[in-house]
Amino acid sequence: MKYGVKEFWVGLFVLAGILAMVVLSLRVGNLGSQDSDGYKVSAKFQDIGGLTAKSPVRMAGVTIGRVTDISIDSNDYEAVVNMQIFGEHKNLPIDTSATILTSGLLGSQFIGLEPGGDEEYLTEGSQIEYTQPALVLEKLIGRFITSFSNKKE
Amino acid sequence: MKFLVTPIQKLGATVIDLVYSLGSIGLFFYRILSALMTPILRPALLFTQLYMIGVKTLIIILVSGLFVGMVLGLQFYTNLVDFGAESQLGLLVALTLVRELGPVLTALLFAGRACSALTAEIGLMRATEQLDAMEMMAVDPIKRVIAPRYLAGFISMPLLAAIFTLMGIYGGHLVGVSVLGGDSGIYWSAMQNGVDFYDDVLNGFIKSIVFGAVITLIAVYQGYYSPRNSEGVSSATTRTVVVSSLLILSLDFLLTSLMFS
Repeated sequence: MKYGVKEFWVGLFVLAGILAMVVLSLRVGNLGSQDSDGYKVSAKFQDIGGLTAKSPVRMAGVTIGRVTDISIDSNDYEAVVNMQIFGEHKNLPIDTSATILTSGLLGSQFIGLEPGGDEEYLTEGSQIEYTQPALVLEKLIGRFITSFSNKKE
Repeated sequence: MKFLVTPIQKLGATVIDLVYSLGSIGLFFYRILSALMTPILRPALLFTQLYMIGVKTLIIILVSGLFVGMVLGLQFYTNLVDFGAESQLGLLVALTLVRELGPVLTALLFAGRACSALTAEIGLMRATEQLDAMEMMAVDPIKRVIAPRYLAGFISMPLLAAIFTLMGIYGGHLVGVSVLGGDSGIYWSAMQNGVDFYDDVLNGFIKSIVFGAVITLIAVYQGYYSPRNSEGVSSATTRTVVVSSLLILSLDFLLTSLMFS
């Protein structure tokens, strides 16, 4: 079978299409990043604010994991946040504390981890004991206004 | 009594017509499926149609994708800046394109550019008795004419949709980052944080595959059963574009509510 100009263009078209699909999957859809490996830990918060699944988990500003799912504990009405820590960060001390922080004043929320000093490390399924709830702007403003009006009187 | 009976008769006739055409599309689809081995065994037939349907639609897809992306970039950027949320530009542009505009606009353009040509070509073959001549020579027109065109449309549509989406994302980048001065790194990282492969990209692919399968079927069906005169061919071509556009938009709503609920 002889190949001509037409076959060349068809081949180029199919290649371009497949390339576009691959770029969409890898670059835009973020497939194949280190999501699957690593280990899961959980933490309980009084208030998670605007935290959602897929929010980043950061230590010293570096993303080292991602929130997988959020549920509520019906016994003590606290939010249970499950997160996946990427594989290469295996040496987080067991007394690491977790805080819900905001990037910028109105930006998206993420979990900030602060390492403790324990010799033991967090492993699959362990729970972070020391947590601080999210800073909810409305509550903060409310507290500020009440303290302000109290002072006036 | 007649004024009471006639509307009911009309309704009945419409329903019978609808069921009849649904059934005949179903049977036609079955005949195409059972003839699909031919274009696979004779790739030259398929290549010709891929060139006619896919490659020749490429230019309009590339240009429209770029401009749609640029408009999205411009609109989203100028409005997001008011809220200081221009960091989310990449995410918004990508989600809009991957989930909705990519598959839907590509399918609409594809219906206008490729499917109308398909119907007109097959309809004219029918009108000038070329299809009957094939049957006389014991050549099955479904195998020789319809199946390669159907397969080519089915293959081209998802590829074109992916190219359109990618062009749109780069168009948004062009306006939002290069012209209006957003940050390139934030554009991409917001996109990668927010777009999920299975929820967004894969569902967009599935949408484009469904659209391709449906509108190409409409096009070849309308051509194959078009009346044997010039008026019939023209009305079949119009019907292809109208019916496929309506089907694309209504199917899009249906698929969106199934996928993203």
